[in-house]
Amino acid sequence: MFGKLSLAALPHDPIQGGGAASIVLGVIATLAAITYFKKWTWLWKEWITTVDHKKIGIMYIIVALVMLLRGFSDAGMMRLQLALSSGDNHGFLAPDHYNQIFTAHGVIMIFFMAMPLMFGLFNLVVPLQIGARDVAFPFLNSLSFWLFVVGAGLVNMSLVVGEFAATGWLAYPPLSETNYSPGVGVDYYIWAIQISGIGSLITGINFFATIMKMRAPGMTMMKMPIFTWTALCSNILVMMVFPVLTVTLGMLFMDRYFGFHFFTSDLGGNAMMYVNLIWVWGHPEVYILVLPAFGIFSEVAATFAQKKLFGYNSMVWATAAITILSMLVWAHHFFTMGAGGNVNAVFGIATMIISIPTGVKIFNWLFTLFRGRIIFGTPVFWLLGFLLTFTLGGMTGVMLSVPAADFQFHNSMFLIAHFHNTIIGGVVFGYFAGFVYWFPKVMGFKLYEPLGKIAFAHWIVGFFVTFVPLYIVGLMGMTRRISHYDAASGWQPLLIVSMFGVMIIGGGVAFQLLQIAYSVWKRKELADTTGDPWNGRTLEWSIPSPAPFYNFAVIPQVSTRDAFWEQKQQRALRTPDAPVYHDIHMPRNSAIGFMIAMCAGLVGFSMVWHIAWLAALGFLGVLGLIFVRSFDEDTEYYVPAAEVARIEAKLSGSK
Amino acid sequence: MTSTTANPLEHSHHEADEKTSFGFWIYIMTDCLLFATIFAVYAVLRPSTFGGPGPKELFSLPYVLVETFLLLTSSFTFGLAMLAQRKGNKSQLLAWMGVTFLLGLGFIGLEVNEFAHLIAEGNGPSRNAFLSGFFGLVGTHGLHVTFGLIWMGLLMVQISKRGVTPLLSRKLNSLSLFWHFLDIIWVFVFTFVYLIGAL
Repeated sequence: MFGKLSLAALPHDPIQGGGAASIVLGVIATLAAITYFKKWTWLWKEWITTVDHKKIGIMYIIVALVMLLRGFSDAGMMRLQLALSSGDNHGFLAPDHYNQIFTAHGVIMIFFMAMPLMFGLFNLVVPLQIGARDVAFPFLNSLSFWLFVVGAGLVNMSLVVGEFAATGWLAYPPLSETNYSPGVGVDYYIWAIQISGIGSLITGINFFATIMKMRAPGMTMMKMPIFTWTALCSNILVMMVFPVLTVTLGMLFMDRYFGFHFFTSDLGGNAMMYVNLIWVWGHPEVYILVLPAFGIFSEVAATFAQKKLFGYNSMVWATAAITILSMLVWAHHFFTMGAGGNVNAVFGIATMIISIPTGVKIFNWLFTLFRGRIIFGTPVFWLLGFLLTFTLGGMTGVMLSVPAADFQFHNSMFLIAHFHNTIIGGVVFGYFAGFVYWFPKVMGFKLYEPLGKIAFAHWIVGFFVTFVPLYIVGLMGMTRRISHYDAASGWQPLLIVSMFGVMIIGGGVAFQLLQIAYSVWKRKELADTTGDPWNGRTLEWSIPSPAPFYNFAVIPQVSTRDAFWEQKQQRALRTPDAPVYHDIHMPRNSAIGFMIAMCAGLVGFSMVWHIAWLAALGFLGVLGLIFVRSFDEDTEYYVPAAEVARIEAKLSGSK
Repeated sequence: MTSTTANPLEHSHHEADEKTSFGFWIYIMTDCLLFATIFAVYAVLRPSTFGGPGPKELFSLPYVLVETFLLLTSSFTFGLAMLAQRKGNKSQLLAWMGVTFLLGLGFIGLEVNEFAHLIAEGNGPSRNAFLSGFFGLVGTHGLHVTFGLIWMGLLMVQISKRGVTPLLSRKLNSLSLFWHFLDIIWVFVFTFVYLIGAL
């Protein structure tokens, strides 16, 4: 009746039990608070069923930040374990639990923290930057979001019911096959990523169509803001590689559930094919994440240096070049596979070539800042931290790209330090800069800057204190994914330093939370009454903060790059025409996206536990709901011009 | 802010059509990559018969040729259905969709029968990696066709109830793209799996 599910699935170990209890209590407390404040109707009508890209963006970011805390606590546990676990001391985590923790850390940070933070920023910013009223397919946008939430929910559920994969974040076979991972951990992994991955693919299609089809009149491709360009390229990569991920995990699923032999170690299965396929997705994935960060830094550099971006054309071409090159380098993740010298040479050189367009970008940012009147807002601090950190990470990346040297670095802590160097220094710093930068546009008030700067100081110091020792222990021969080491290795002092580093980063996270809380408290003083708090250059700053639900009362006409900046220059010369409003066509809210995702979650959960009838029920639910939605003709409505005029008058009156 | 003086209501049906069709095309491109991956996997696993029979011993070309003709013909009849839709002839549209549906159903029936035979003879997907690849590739295509059939059935019910509304004709266009796409994929399956396999 309930497949493999029984009471034995609940955690018995005190540490795992504590984690499970904190999740359960957190959920209960949230539900209780919503009930106590009688917010259910509001939550349902305003948020859960919304198709407004700005609200979906906010929800993406909230969930991403919650998952950041989860992933970060995993990181803290790993560093504490390794600081202790030398010689006779075996630390406080059992090896199998430690394996689950580093797997969950990687999976959460990439799929359930970085991806949603990125999609959140796309949602908040891209339609506003191109002068659109929503994305191309608002309903699918809501569906994607809820599919992601369900995926994240499954990962967290694995902490309470059952276990998570103990295979490393990419679940290489044959370890992830049934023979070696008979538990439900890998199944949670497969279904969490499969469900949210389908959401990612839909989002990729959605934003690609949005950017291609919904730009304001006059905004040609080469007049698009750079962030929109990077979002476009990132979504192209999503569309190109997420199908590969879906297929790869689908085949692993067939191996595990139906005895196929795609990747098994017997009957002709080919485990290295999995490694190839997963990196055909996995390498572009890091560029999916980092390109938008590059876009954010481009916006930040131009805005805060108060001059136009240096080398717009080269920036666009560098982005496009990285997009293409990122798909041609996957084998550098396993030079040790034994593909031979020639294959390794091709992939090694292709990898080195990526540093050229990236270098172009670095110089573009430097020259944008050069001789600008830089306003040292918090985003600029993240930008400067990024330029230093990311360049270092790029340099160690080039070291790793030399196949002969990689045989030494492969699988060592040096590699771990390298990719954290690029992902934290690039992606995380970038998204934080974007978060601070666009926060007032969405919420209507700025984040309190001094606390943001203190948080930045913690992050940058903490980053180096954590990861420089890891570079060193890597060169001393420490491999990744070990939970215990010999005292004679001499690694312990460095790993203790690294643990203190992660505590400093923890201080940064704490200050960021404090910053948000304090800014909400002081939102009256920090209010953005102009809609243009940073003296911005692109269209999102031309409308009030927070943006009205229809975004633009009148669709802007674009004639140059930095369209809003130009408007501001011209406005000084002549008085603008009185706006003429028209009826606005808007999508209706829909609960069906949410419900489809819940049914998909049911499918995922019951597949994990082999409860066939429940999975079938959930699947029928998904199909039925798609059917209901696809033949619903009443999905849009009009906001009358008079209503638009009234809202606009009220918004300008409040200035 | 400058205003567009002659700004019509910006979401016309035409524009919605264009967006949907563009989005659906892109979806098909991603599906194309999905199949490309499975084809690559099949190519890698093709020699890994692990002592079991290869494609030459397992597949019957005349049988698969019948399957192929059913599916190719269904694409043609779907084309006729679309012509009927353009003419606004509802009964003709439904008739050609019905023919397409039956041809598709015949294709799936033959495929299921082929699979059942293979499994009954002990040549199921868990016998070796080659057969895993075969069932993975052909099965994925078959699943797509099955979804297409479900979609087509639902669409026929809706059209017979409501007539060809703008929404339904948008859906019909998407399904038509999807159906022809599956046809093209099948041509590749037929060539790479069956024809080359028979060499």
